[in-house]
Amino acid sequence: MSYDFDFAFLNEYGPDLWRGVWLTLGMTAASILPGFVLGTLCAVGRLYGPRWLSRITVIYVEAIRNTPLVIQVFWLFFGLAVLQVRIGAFPAAVIALVINVGAYTAEIMRAGFETIPKGQVEAASCLALTRTQVIWGIQFPQAVERVYPALVSQFVLMMLATSIMSQISAEELTGAAYQIQAFTFRGFEVYLVIAGIYVVMAAGLRLVLLGCATLAFPRRRRLGTPL
Amino acid sequence: MSILGLPLGLTPDQFLFILRGAGWTLVLSLFGFVGGTVLGLPLALARAARKGGLGSWLLRQGAGAYVALVQGIPLPVIMFVVYFGVSIGGFEVPALVAAGIAMTLWSAAYLGEIWRGCIQAVPRTQWEAAECLALTPAQRFVHVILPQAMRVAVPPTVGFLVQIVKNTSYSVVIGFFDLTYSAKVINNATYKPFQVFTIAALIYFLICYPMSVASRRFEARMRRA
Amino acid sequence: MRAETDGMTIADPRPATPAAPPERETMVRFEDVRKAFGTVEVLRGITVDVHRGDVTVLVGRSGSGKSTALRCINGLEAINGGRLTVCGRRLHEPGTDLRSLRQDVGIVFQSYNLFPHLTVAQNVMLAPRKVKRLGLSEARELAREVLHKVGLADKAEAYPEQLSGGQQQRVAIARSLAMQPRLILFDEVTSALDPELTGEVLRVIEGLAKAGMTMVLVTHEMGFARSVADQLVFMHKGTVWEKGSRDILRDPATPELRQFVGNGL
Repeated sequence: MSYDFDFAFLNEYGPDLWRGVWLTLGMTAASILPGFVLGTLCAVGRLYGPRWLSRITVIYVEAIRNTPLVIQVFWLFFGLAVLQVRIGAFPAAVIALVINVGAYTAEIMRAGFETIPKGQVEAASCLALTRTQVIWGIQFPQAVERVYPALVSQFVLMMLATSIMSQISAEELTGAAYQIQAFTFRGFEVYLVIAGIYVVMAAGLRLVLLGCATLAFPRRRRLGTPL
Repeated sequence: MSILGLPLGLTPDQFLFILRGAGWTLVLSLFGFVGGTVLGLPLALARAARKGGLGSWLLRQGAGAYVALVQGIPLPVIMFVVYFGVSIGGFEVPALVAAGIAMTLWSAAYLGEIWRGCIQAVPRTQWEAAECLALTPAQRFVHVILPQAMRVAVPPTVGFLVQIVKNTSYSVVIGFFDLTYSAKVINNATYKPFQVFTIAALIYFLICYPMSVASRRFEARMRRA
Repeated sequence: MRAETDGMTIADPRPATPAAPPERETMVRFEDVRKAFGTVEVLRGITVDVHRGDVTVLVGRSGSGKSTALRCINGLEAINGGRLTVCGRRLHEPGTDLRSLRQDVGIVFQSYNLFPHLTVAQNVMLAPRKVKRLGLSEARELAREVLHKVGLADKAEAYPEQLSGGQQQRVAIARSLAMQPRLILFDEVTSALDPELTGEVLRVIEGLAKAGMTMVLVTHEMGFARSVADQLVFMHKGTVWEKGSRDILRDPATPELRQFVGNGL
């Protein structure tokens, strides 16, 4: 089997790949914070909210976690189109990612909240803090710090999952690659190259997010140990 | 069967078409799990290999590099790489084979990592005890370590089955006819995205949710034990 | 079988520390208080008064109900019967404002329960800032003051895990003091400590007692109870079996207390 690898397309289509990289990173960056907020609110709603809210979050989390992202994206994107809602591929992708990653975050944060010892809540409420102050001032910071590695992994997975957004014609990295291989007939090389780019981006994102931990958690910055 | 489809505005034929796609989703999932097991188990063993000697170091590093690499590449891209990779070899393979190989490569990395954790969760003393019984390394593993590791492995493995089923949907990028692909086709024909994709989502849910529940039950039962 | 607790102090021939004069303000009044967890009766009608400025020590075997009684005082456990009045609030009536009660009643736990993600100073300042809405500089000043009281002014910027158990417990006391409560509860605060660390915590409590702080303690340290208690309450099987001055430890009226003291020594 002899095959001549030809990476010449990199010269001509380099800028397209570059644009794809930025779009992928943009989608990821735009989805992380809202997804985290949504997931955390759902976790709190499920654990401490009234029964109806708790029920709704369970349904949301189970529905999202037991169906594929692709179907969620199609449902939203093609559904909006039928409703005559004109929305670009990028916002549609971000909305889908936020809804998707929110459900996974909710489960991770719920686990985090559940690891906080009962004594912490008891001590805080004995200091006359309100329920809300206890949740957000005492439980939440400890929960985030404990599950932070799991959150990072989840957001890296989400970054990788943006590759499916080419299906709704978002020109992120995988979408860009699809265009390039259609012009160059060098599909194997093109996808090998972007596979490499994804590996680098995944490692980079992991590093950046772990770096954020030292900014976000003063205790860790000083002591260097996980909570 | 049309009872489900008709209220949502699909003809029985269209509904059956989607169900046929669901069948192929199951086939590909099975492919991915079996392949992932065949490749993932040696990966787990290599990653958990005991320290000592260049050979075991190479094994550990090699397996570790594979896991890190695959976990950094999106599954759709793996699908493409395999799809184009086999075709440049001059082979014209059905999409099922390309998707199956991709699922194998992908799930092996995750299963290998899950199982490595399970093997390493077996206390050190068990190895030592087995060694004292004059068992060979292979016997030690099969008769002492494996049964204990397998017990720990059940909940996360069943949980990962859900991931496998869901992620077969990525094979849509190389045009494999599965539940997602068939739903897309019907949507293109009917312009009823909410109905069509809700049906598809429901079918995925019916496959995945029982496994999610089972995984949680197993885990709860083990925690109690 | 059960000793006449009121008769106890009178019957005591020794010149005891005079019992709290009746005109002093009553901070806590238990009147036939009952508490059950499910079908298990933990408090079977206890009657105790805690006077302002007094140190009341609850002793007894584990399971005698002393910790439950203590936890009723700041509403951690709701009572099932009788009357319980704390700082003028009737906890037996529905609708007690627990948050306002807890601004008057501090508590220190066996397991410290410091907040691990906050520094010592932040632990101490949290409630004054969030509940009493103190400004940052005011709260800092307050933190410095209470940490000085427990001898840990130099540890303000440390995190709890960097401190020994004894130091952590002293921070917990400071955290409670920072709310300037009228009454502090101590729930077996030295039980989780290594023996060599209990001294520093007990000395802090002693200092507070001298300064006139009203306190209710549950403790197993009989020597400490003997030296610090103004009122001693021996609980047994969910009832107040004996109560009186600290001297009841030296001269128990009931075989149960005698046996308890004998084992404790």
